[in-house]
Amino acid sequence: MNIVFVLLFVAAAIAGAVRGDLKSVGEGAFRGASDAVALALGLIGVMALWLGLLKIAERAGLVEKLAKAARPIFRPLFPDVPDGHPAISAMLLNIAANVLGLGNAATPFGIKAMEELETLNPHPGTATNAQALFVAINTASLQLVPTTVIALRASAHSSDPAGILLPTLASTLCALSVAIAVAKLLERVWK
Amino acid sequence: MEVRHAIEIASSFILVALLVGIPLYGWVRGVKVYEAFVEGAKEGFNVAIRIIPFLVAILAAVGAFRGAGAMDALAKVVGPVTGPLGLPPEVLPMAIVRPFSGSGALGLLGNIFATPGLGPDSYAGRLGSILQGSTETTFYVLSVYCGAVGIVRYRHALLAGLSADLTGLIASVVIARMLWG
Repeated sequence: MNIVFVLLFVAAAIAGAVRGDLKSVGEGAFRGASDAVALALGLIGVMALWLGLLKIAERAGLVEKLAKAARPIFRPLFPDVPDGHPAISAMLLNIAANVLGLGNAATPFGIKAMEELETLNPHPGTATNAQALFVAINTASLQLVPTTVIALRASAHSSDPAGILLPTLASTLCALSVAIAVAKLLERVWK
Repeated sequence: MEVRHAIEIASSFILVALLVGIPLYGWVRGVKVYEAFVEGAKEGFNVAIRIIPFLVAILAAVGAFRGAGAMDALAKVVGPVTGPLGLPPEVLPMAIVRPFSGSGALGLLGNIFATPGLGPDSYAGRLGSILQGSTETTFYVLSVYCGAVGIVRYRHALLAGLSADLTGLIASVVIARMLWG
């Protein structure tokens, strides 16, 4: 991440200098910074709503039940997470929300999962194997039906807005397999 | 159109089922649902505040990069190589923006749809659609998820995420070429 951070700024400065437009480098950075705050603050409402509902589910014992049901799928992927741990149900909810296209629910559940996984982290500040794999899975777009793209295609008068559904799913599955494989391979080398 | 309609109905149904079902189930099980909700919701605010520095770091860097026109310069450099491989110059900028900005990539996809001679049913339009649907805003996901728990050392997570994006890109091109090339 350190390299990415420096590289983006250096490339920006070089491009700005070459184009003789250094002003736009600074302007872009400031715009990005205020966008970041607006984005984070915009999350508060939905985040609070879903985390509130999740707390009810937790007290009602629903979360525990989910964790038990999800055990067979999660055990091979996340061997470091103990059986019945609340992280498992949070991860399951996040993945389910992603697959079903409930985008604004996926992020709160994902953050909850990261918090639960953090309770198992012996080195705070550094991602555990489970956290790295969970984040990697989330970077493969898991959505079963790409609703936003289909809607955009329909509004652009496509003759077949949903025709990209199966091709998208095939591509997603490729990305997901590679995300899991790379995370699993590198977790032993990259400490 | 019918598929889209069915999906929208299914999504709203699931949403309502959760909104009604969770509080109702809790109430039946004797949970003080209102108290529990407010307690959980309180965390929402803290989480949003916690991720701000992480988001500022990445979005400011990306903002400078895009503002300076480095994105277009990069597209010009790689364009001659990727074009013959099945990634046309109209879609290339989208592929570059995708890991950094979801709305940015979606905006570029909208441009492809609106360009006369291209449109949503052209090769570029279909390829862009699959690409948008099968890749994710990796840097955003990483900053938000890791930021929420104060993780600064991502280890192999970034590389795994970027490999997923690259795979999504390659798979999209291969599939688009097979179907519509």
